[in-house]
Amino acid sequence: MNQKTHKPINGWDIAFKIFLAIFMVIFLVATLYPVINTIALSFNDGTDAVRGGIYLWPRVFSVKSYSTVLQMENLLTGFKISVLRTVIGTLSSLAINALLAFVLSRKRFLFASQLSFFYVITMYVNGGLIPTFILYRNLGLMNSFSVYWVTGLVSAWNMLVLRTYMKGLSESLEESAQLDGAGYFTIFVKIISPLCKPVYATIALFVAVWQWNNWFDAMIYNRMATDLTVLQYELMKLLSSVMQQSGSAESAKDAGGANTITPITVRSAASVVTMLPIICVYPFLQRYFVTGLTIGGVKE
Amino acid sequence: MAKSAATISAPRKDRKFTWKEVKRQKVLLIIALIVFLYGILFYYLPLFGWATAFIQYKPKFGIFGSSFIGFDKFKFLFTNESIGFWRVMRNTFCMGALNLVTSTFMAVVFAILLNEIKPNLIKKPIQTVSYLPHFLSWIVVTGILHSALSSTGIVNEVLMALGVTDQAINFFAFPEYFWGIVAFANVWKETGWNAIIYLAAITSIDPTLYEAASIDGAGRWAKIKYITLPGIKPTFMILLLINVGNVLNAGFEVQYLLGNGLVKKVSETIDIFVLKWGISQNDFSLGTAAGIFKSAISILLIVLCNAWAKHAGEERLF
Repeated sequence: MNQKTHKPINGWDIAFKIFLAIFMVIFLVATLYPVINTIALSFNDGTDAVRGGIYLWPRVFSVKSYSTVLQMENLLTGFKISVLRTVIGTLSSLAINALLAFVLSRKRFLFASQLSFFYVITMYVNGGLIPTFILYRNLGLMNSFSVYWVTGLVSAWNMLVLRTYMKGLSESLEESAQLDGAGYFTIFVKIISPLCKPVYATIALFVAVWQWNNWFDAMIYNRMATDLTVLQYELMKLLSSVMQQSGSAESAKDAGGANTITPITVRSAASVVTMLPIICVYPFLQRYFVTGLTIGGVKE
Repeated sequence: MAKSAATISAPRKDRKFTWKEVKRQKVLLIIALIVFLYGILFYYLPLFGWATAFIQYKPKFGIFGSSFIGFDKFKFLFTNESIGFWRVMRNTFCMGALNLVTSTFMAVVFAILLNEIKPNLIKKPIQTVSYLPHFLSWIVVTGILHSALSSTGIVNEVLMALGVTDQAINFFAFPEYFWGIVAFANVWKETGWNAIIYLAAITSIDPTLYEAASIDGAGRWAKIKYITLPGIKPTFMILLLINVGNVLNAGFEVQYLLGNGLVKKVSETIDIFVLKWGISQNDFSLGTAAGIFKSAISILLIVLCNAWAKHAGEERLF
């Protein structure tokens, strides 16, 4: 790359390049290996995997773990509910936050500063777990699907990112539309929203990931409702039986004998099922979330 | 965040409160009202729920029907040795601070190093991979971590192959490893993601500065030290101030998922404490009191750090 050949070869420079290469290789291996290993294990035969020594590729190929996972009633229910909450939660939250951001970014709007402040405060102060729990219980949100999407509908941070983006849009389009007699709804749907596609994609991704990965609400509010469980929570139950075991001193000695617990291959297959949707989607949305984060960060 | 709060309060000339104007922006006002009521219900009503800490809360009597006990729950929290509140505070604070320092450090280092890689063909794939762990749930990450660190896991295999240890170490059985494992987990999951903002800050540095430095004979290290680091300092300060307020909030999922009986003394955080006493033991008042104390300390931390930043003449939140 360096075309200036007259520049003397610097020993430090070479050392730095070697260091850089080593650092990046270690970084890549540390990031990718556990994920690849999980995938490899999930495609390996269950009894063979107990012997250990599976790294990047399955030794005895088998898809039996996946058929086991697909037969687990609770995981299937969890998968269905997780998909539902991700779709409904993302669409509703995006719509509300975009509408709110639209309102707050209108120059004429009378209460822009007051309403923004009202929501900015929620980023710093919140009631905490117990008061929230009491409220949700009083509102009848226990054992309901609504608790997954109604409770986190407005997010101050997402709203601020959207608002910042909308404020940066030119106002001339809006003004001319207004002269043509277009109402605010028309302006929002027909003029502002098409221009906001990149930032909408960003926020949709943030909310979708949050929805897909969330399990706490399922554990706290819908513990009794087995038909409303989510995938992550079911995966946690599957994995935690193992984790609790290794915490006890005696199992430190006979960690190989994993007979009573779910086989590692099945656990891996369940993990792959929960992470696959996101792994497949995020690389294509990179451009969007990088811009989105930068807008948020600069304004913060 | 608060910066935008400051700019929005600037008065605008074209906004006048007249009935004509109200009628004109009826749609905006209706949406605003709905969202305002939503905020009152879901964000502000729980704040009134703080009253729970000052009463002996009985679900069937509600907040107004339960008897007032003043600061009894706080006294109990601070003075009762057996519930171990101070230990839990210490755990939360230490793990939060350790996570903040290690993850910020790694994000800055990663961003600077990645920026030194010029060909996009190498840089882009590394960046894409670096985001991956951020998108995985803590359940999956702790599951992965658990199998990697188990006595038959890859870490022990590598350690034994290198001759560092001749017997597998069960990392999760020793309290002295726990904080380090949590910090490592955070670094593993979030380094690439946290670096995004620093990379953006580095790219926005005026390239002529680097050119001028090259002409003056500055080496790579000098350029990083005198141009890149000062260039990302404002971003660093703002993120630090925001994250300092979150130090006590950053302790639930990992600790809850990785903790076990053997490391309970160092793994329990305030959020776990609140969950245990509030939800499992049904002492809503004690749980709320612990939650309020956490919020109070968080706000105090933000205000103190902000005052310090102001004093030092650095970038600040408000």
